[in-house]
Amino acid sequence: METKIRTRAISIGVVIVVCILGIIGFPKNFQELKDNLRSRIHLGLDLKGGTHLVLQVHVEDAVNITADETLERLRDELRAKNVPYADVQKADDTQAQPPKHRVVVKGVPQEKSADLQTLASEQFSDWDLSRMPGDVTSWMLSLKTTAAANIRNQALLQSMNTINNRVNQLGVTEPTIAEYGQSGDFELVVQLPGVDDPDRVKDIIQSTALLEFKLVQDGPFSSRETALAAHGGVLPPDTQLLQGQTGQNGETWYVVNRVAAVTGRDLSGAEPSHDSNGRPDVNFTLTRDGAARFGRVTGANVGKFLAIVLDNKVYDAPVINSQINDRGEIAGGAFTEQKVQDLALVLRSGALPASIKPLSEEVVGPSLGADSIRHGVVACIVGFVAIIAFMLVYYRGAGINADLALLMNLIILVAALGYINATLTLPGIAGVILTVGMGVDSNVLIFERIREELRLGKAVGAAVAGGFEHAFVTIIDTHVTTVCSAAILFTFGTGPIQGFAVTLTIGLIANLFTSVFVSRVIFDYVLSRREKGAELSI
Amino acid sequence: MEFFHEPKIDWMGIKWYFIALSLALAATGLISMVVKKGLAYGIDFRGGTVVTVKFAKAPNLDAIRSELDRQNLRGATIQRIGIPSEHEVIVGLDLKTTTSSEALDQGKRAIVTALSGLFGQGQAGKVDFNNSSPQTVSEHLLAADPLGLASKGIDAATKTYQDLAEALINYRNNPPRSGLISDFQELSSVQGVNAGVIATLRNDFYLSSFAVKNSEVVGPKVGKDLRQQAVYVTLAGLGAMLVYIWFRFELSYGVAAVVATFHDVIITLGFFSLLNKEITLTVIAALLTLVGYSMNDTIVVFDRIRENVRLNKRENIVDLINRSINQTLSRTILTSGLTFLAVVSLFVFGGEVIHGFSFALVVGVIIGTYSSIFIASPIVVSFQRRLVGSAAATKSKNYPREAVPARR
Repeated sequence: METKIRTRAISIGVVIVVCILGIIGFPKNFQELKDNLRSRIHLGLDLKGGTHLVLQVHVEDAVNITADETLERLRDELRAKNVPYADVQKADDTQAQPPKHRVVVKGVPQEKSADLQTLASEQFSDWDLSRMPGDVTSWMLSLKTTAAANIRNQALLQSMNTINNRVNQLGVTEPTIAEYGQSGDFELVVQLPGVDDPDRVKDIIQSTALLEFKLVQDGPFSSRETALAAHGGVLPPDTQLLQGQTGQNGETWYVVNRVAAVTGRDLSGAEPSHDSNGRPDVNFTLTRDGAARFGRVTGANVGKFLAIVLDNKVYDAPVINSQINDRGEIAGGAFTEQKVQDLALVLRSGALPASIKPLSEEVVGPSLGADSIRHGVVACIVGFVAIIAFMLVYYRGAGINADLALLMNLIILVAALGYINATLTLPGIAGVILTVGMGVDSNVLIFERIREELRLGKAVGAAVAGGFEHAFVTIIDTHVTTVCSAAILFTFGTGPIQGFAVTLTIGLIANLFTSVFVSRVIFDYVLSRREKGAELSI
Repeated sequence: MEFFHEPKIDWMGIKWYFIALSLALAATGLISMVVKKGLAYGIDFRGGTVVTVKFAKAPNLDAIRSELDRQNLRGATIQRIGIPSEHEVIVGLDLKTTTSSEALDQGKRAIVTALSGLFGQGQAGKVDFNNSSPQTVSEHLLAADPLGLASKGIDAATKTYQDLAEALINYRNNPPRSGLISDFQELSSVQGVNAGVIATLRNDFYLSSFAVKNSEVVGPKVGKDLRQQAVYVTLAGLGAMLVYIWFRFELSYGVAAVVATFHDVIITLGFFSLLNKEITLTVIAALLTLVGYSMNDTIVVFDRIRENVRLNKRENIVDLINRSINQTLSRTILTSGLTFLAVVSLFVFGGEVIHGFSFALVVGVIIGTYSSIFIASPIVVSFQRRLVGSAAATKSKNYPREAVPARR
């Protein structure tokens, strides 16, 4: 009996030591103790202060871009393979959920059908080719569902990466960027602790930063209408109309090539700098591949204008004086120092593959977080002390037992949160409160049962054994039921609801251990030291 | 010490009074919800903008309102919260006035602009210390280097200024200041601050008489998603519990426990509607806690009923349930009392942010305890009576008065 209690007591001691080390590590002084505590217990934004954003990634943009590129490629290939056609156009079904992407090729002579089929199967394997009903010369390419899904998922991942890069370059510590909501929602949650200028950060995160260099075909015009009128109301094929800077002379509009000569993807670096007039600008360098293409285009078009397009807006359209190879600058005089720094940052981190819209944002000021912690701590201490005092008064000797079990429950809970890197939020604290409630309940159940057994006239040892045995069934039932529902909350809930489920589950498991095992060992110890016939203090 | 010594209360004899009370409470709550056209959801469910602001002295709400009107933010709600001496105000905007297609946070920016105009007294090129983070402060200190640490290397200097900035901001955030100071000289009591640091702060920062403590902007989609999710997840949780209790006890016990828990949620929501309190995400967390608590309480009683049924199969079900409730009464009152104690301390000391949360728990603990006795137990009685009655009817025909409606 004695040795049994000893081995059990040792195992409890080990658990306590592991937990306390988990919470505070090996501090050499008080300062280190505080630092360790802070680094192990991660506080949620609601307690720490910071910015919480939910963003919608419009992944369909990425699929559209792929479809546009396919269109260009198909025209080139048809020309190269000598397959004549009347028209190649997009015919997307945007009403479908998710949208279907299609390209229609019209006017392919019947004898060339086989060539088109070979081309499609060899070079456009992501697309299904089918004949349009009722027209032997018209064909339709539709993007395969799996391919489209793949592009969407890639776009989401790439967006996460890009945002991560940008946030890291801003020097935000411990940012969280994760998928949010159901899969297929394409939502991201971005958490930035301690950020007090969320507007700038948000602008940097959200700017698509799609940089393109496009040859100017015509312009500038003073309005959209005059630009269209100059071309008889219809733009030349493969061109588009883009707005430029609005200066002293009013708006500017350019007719530019739809396909870019080089894009931000071809950049190898971007740094804030100043132009020859001392105005802020961004210097960039191109990759070898990009430089080759840029050299070709600029060399062939000396004397023409080149539009520098950022997120579909023309920032500048300088004349091409000579062939440009691997470096250049984005100027225009419209930039502030801050803007130039941010622009260089987003260009370095790469363009977002799709546009991003915020769905919600929450900014918790640091003083609110401090207030919440202070209030929460005060409330917990008051409640906890009241419970501990009451248990001592009501159950006397056994009250110590219950209080130790309760304290250990909390230590295990906090240590486990540290070990699994969980984040403590306000709803998480709710889980802690329910845990404390159920912890008290387990002890009360056991003690009341022991009292009952004693009233029935059982000997002290038998009464303790009977009390634990009977109460155990009830405790298991209550705990399993609650863990069941916590599991559901964790699986189907998000963010705050999950935090609640995690603390509750850990707390309940710890409680099973402390109230059933630890408390029993203490009882057994007390009983083994007791003089025969003495009463139990309960 | 002992509060109850073997009580002998005929709970099932007085059940109808309490069932009537429950129905009355539930009906009042439901009528209130219908009259008020649904529950008052917080902006995390409804969508919209909420900005919590602390002022240095009691703000003139009319001035704020007219300034907001000037910024085209008509229909904003302006409300004092918390302890009057803390001068805290919540400014709320509904979805329509808040968000445009381009910028979700348009409304928030307008509110801050309006407040800056009224309370800012900002100077060009300076930063508002009362709305700054440690990061910003430490950057400014590092640049000016008032402690002359340049010779010690950049890393050592950065670390020192970061710690100092954190200490300064902590001082500002701690009560009684709670986020606002009115003179830089106040900071001289912070360890490591000398006249040079104060001078640097004076040079780079100004002190506005308001601080934005919290802001929340929720678009329409997120709110709707969250609302649906909260309902589905709660129902799924109840379903899982039902299955477990069915497995461990009987279906009738499971149904009784779920009905009782559902009753608790409905009545608690009714109180929220009657008192015009908003349902926020933290209130949902409280409701989930309440579901867990109430279920726990019910199962304790059920466990005792099951145990007594096994020990004494012949006992009248009403007597048996009365006895079970009486046997567990001491535990029920103790546990509920202690949990109530913890929850009340949360309600009193927990502060504004978790006010709704702790309110839901204060109501929930009372209702949850009560429903185990007066809702869950009577349901089990009525189920068991049918079973016992029909079993008896088939076995012998000596129970004419207990004639029970035939089971299909």
